[in-house]
Amino acid sequence: MARARIVIRNKTGVFDPEGKVVHGGLARLGHDNVQEVRVGKVIDLTVDSSDAEVMRAQIDRMCREFLVNPVMEDYSVEFFDE
Amino acid sequence: MKFAVVVFPGSNCDRDCEHVLSNVVGASVVTAWHGDRDLPAVDCVVLPGGFSYGDYLRAGAIAKISPIMESVAAFARRGGAVIGICNGFQVLLECGLLPGAMHRNRSLRFICKDTFVRCASSRTPFTSQLSPGDVLRLPIAHAEGNYFIAETELKSLQDNEQIIFQYASQSGEVGAEHNPNGSVYNIAGVCNTEGNVLGMMPHPERAAESILGNRDGLSLFAAIAESL
Repeated sequence: MARARIVIRNKTGVFDPEGKVVHGGLARLGHDNVQEVRVGKVIDLTVDSSDAEVMRAQIDRMCREFLVNPVMEDYSVEFFDE
Repeated sequence: MKFAVVVFPGSNCDRDCEHVLSNVVGASVVTAWHGDRDLPAVDCVVLPGGFSYGDYLRAGAIAKISPIMESVAAFARRGGAVIGICNGFQVLLECGLLPGAMHRNRSLRFICKDTFVRCASSRTPFTSQLSPGDVLRLPIAHAEGNYFIAETELKSLQDNEQIIFQYASQSGEVGAEHNPNGSVYNIAGVCNTEGNVLGMMPHPERAAESILGNRDGLSLFAAIAESL
């Protein structure tokens, strides 16, 4: 079994509405030294796979086809051994 | 003249679409459930508004992998007429049947009000009773209607006459001040290169009867019914 963590973020320069709202909220709570907030998504996968290369390629395909919208989002993948 | 209205879990405008097509336009309508693989033999497919799959992952994203969408995509590729309204437009974008993507409204608010849209091109079977320059008053009700497309692809939309509706004033002046959600180029609706698939954020099915005080949306359904 292998675990992968996919972190999905809006592309830099792309409108990040959640980041904007959270930034405003933090300022309202007194944290007015926060320069920037960007909010993303984390997807943790547990995959039945023994081949790291194959799994990497499979996860890239999952991201391209479904988990990530390539028009607006970027992603990174981290692998953890189990 | 037969229509199929696709119903996803969370769709909530399917009955309004069915009502307009069946009772106002007088066409034959069936519903197509998201879990069915086969689309009935129809002339036009309607993807209605709502919150399919709770907008999980991204609005319209999960619909992409529903069994019915394979058939709808094949139908569209064969030249079949498809209209996606609001969430339906989001589904078409996520499925790659229309170019671009949908952001949250620039104001970050859910906006529910009448807008004016100017018909930029009437080349789809749904807009064939309109002329470029015609202005329709149509209601919108969305939080993610901020249509986005990259510069180079926007140029392609313009060159290929794929921009069908833009937010405008009552007299038809397109501009950011009339754009409720911040969409690129004030776009409210686009079609594919072939012109058989239309996606639009406003709800024509909510403006198709005099009793509701607005019939501006009726021609979009009547035009397709009469063209086939």
